[in-house]
Amino acid sequence: MAYLELQNLQREFAGGVRALDGIEVQLGQGEFLSLLGPSGCGKTTALRLVAGFDRPDEGRIVIDGKDITNVAPSKRDMGMVFQAYSLFPNMTAAQNVEFGLKIRRKGKGERSGRVGELLELVGLGHAGDRYPHQLSGGMQQRVALARALAIEPRVLLLDEPLSALDAKVRVQLREEIRRIQLELGITTLYVTHDQEEALAISDHVAVMYRGRIEQIGPPAEMYSRPATPFVAEFIGTMNRLEATVSDPTSGTVEHGGVTLTVDAARGRTKGDRILVLIRPETVELAPENGSNPANTLSGEVIAQTFLGPVTRLKVVGPGADLIADVSTAKAATLPIGMKVTAALPVTDARVLELSDEGFEIAEEPGQAGR
Amino acid sequence: MPFFAYTLLFLFLPAASVLIGAFQKDTSGYTLDNVRALFHHPYIDAYWGSVKLSLVTAALGGVVGLFIAYAALREGTPKWIRGALTTFSGVAANFGGIPLAFAFIATLGPLGVLTVFLKNQLHLDIAAHGFSLFSMTGIGLAYLYFQLPLMILVIAPAIDGVRKEWREASANLGASQLQFWRYVGVPVLMPSILGAIILLFGNAFAAYATAYGINSGANLITIFIGSYYSGNVLNNPHLAQAMAFGMFIVLGLMMLIYIPLQRRAARWAK
Repeated sequence: MAYLELQNLQREFAGGVRALDGIEVQLGQGEFLSLLGPSGCGKTTALRLVAGFDRPDEGRIVIDGKDITNVAPSKRDMGMVFQAYSLFPNMTAAQNVEFGLKIRRKGKGERSGRVGELLELVGLGHAGDRYPHQLSGGMQQRVALARALAIEPRVLLLDEPLSALDAKVRVQLREEIRRIQLELGITTLYVTHDQEEALAISDHVAVMYRGRIEQIGPPAEMYSRPATPFVAEFIGTMNRLEATVSDPTSGTVEHGGVTLTVDAARGRTKGDRILVLIRPETVELAPENGSNPANTLSGEVIAQTFLGPVTRLKVVGPGADLIADVSTAKAATLPIGMKVTAALPVTDARVLELSDEGFEIAEEPGQAGR
Repeated sequence: MPFFAYTLLFLFLPAASVLIGAFQKDTSGYTLDNVRALFHHPYIDAYWGSVKLSLVTAALGGVVGLFIAYAALREGTPKWIRGALTTFSGVAANFGGIPLAFAFIATLGPLGVLTVFLKNQLHLDIAAHGFSLFSMTGIGLAYLYFQLPLMILVIAPAIDGVRKEWREASANLGASQLQFWRYVGVPVLMPSILGAIILLFGNAFAAYATAYGINSGANLITIFIGSYYSGNVLNNPHLAQAMAFGMFIVLGLMMLIYIPLQRRAARWAK
């Protein structure tokens, strides 16, 4: 049975901006779900509805079988970590962590014991007497996490808690968040626009777009089997080839005058317009040698982007506009300007109906869209 | 450098001149008589009158101004109210002196528009209830006209600095609105509130023309100074300078109270 349920949540803001358009989520106790999406997709709005800072126009929020849709935020027993700057500046780290316990009239002994435990848990046992402005951004977010956990919340809510931190601290802290979440077995709802972050620490990922959940599932499934063009584009990098099914039996499709075989196209109707999705790491590049093997496109390397262990190559040619990730060592043998052939996978390609509806992935600003 | 020259010319040199003049005789040489006189009637009463009036108008202006500013700036209040209040406050905080005195006399004086309206239309005779614009209460009321807007202008940036995240985090941790203000909001604002109130105190303590315009015989130290500087009968500029020197001392004492309070209130920001 689901522990946290979001049932048909809808929210429209002034001016007709539809922030949430009927989202459905079911999360088991102790599970970690990330709401992932670009700016303005409604992920923060959903989190704020769960926290009680805003009310849905329609739909229900249910925790452990109880409808809490109209319960005040102070009565929901939710712990929330905000993007940044949410620590009370007039209190030390320890006093911040103690705040919720003080409000709950816990005894002094119990309070100080719990505060000590939690500061140790987040690795700040030594910094309890420091004020927020004396702590780094990462330390502040650890204190905010300890503060949210102090009240033993039914659900932990995290609203892009790492977005204001530098890359190294982000990776370190996201691993700690996951470790603590697993250690305490706390049901967690995490909002982020960073797909790598979401895939790395979640049990489930829900990709949101225009107020709707496009797809929800385990990280590996989201990456390998995107259900919509948007998810395919948003999670990881994807080559998108528009094609027409020419032989549904063999899975043969036509793309830009080239015949390709794609297993996933089998069983479709002849003449169907489809989108063939291919991950860059599954494309194999080789210098052109005059032959024309099956399932290959020809083109010229026009750009190389060094990404560390791999290098991303952009290949453009008649019918080809591809990116391919190859080992950095191999990339050295495929310089810019070289004519190459790109062998496309038969089995690893994914096929979707070609939708007329386009989409845009907005640049994610510092602030979450609401 | 220009700022230093400015403060030297318009602050330190006049202050030094007052300080030296306070200890000078009418003829020549130096004396402590002028300063000694301050501790006796009527000057000591005038100081006390000024201090009381300043404390009351600073406290009232501070507290009421804080609430008005918060009400106008809080989330959910239409934006135009904020704009209108800030513009009005900017004008009203600088509206003082004889024009303000005249405005109050025309409104709340014995034959003021409001006084007559209340008497004739609502049968409320404010004079019969003990109100006189020429009393300290009346002068205090006029002072509030500029004290309130000044508080609003000074405290608005601090109120803007109270982050929404703090309120939400506090609610999320189970605190009521009252608990938020008790444990977070007021302590965070306290250094600014104290600073604003000391400013309001100084503003009222140094005010002259408004009080003079309403009642030139009011028992306030600034009116005494004016009389001794320009009066035909009471002309005694050195005694006036001693009284001004006494004002420095009063303000200095206020700062002595304010600084440790402010330091304590802002210890978390160090």
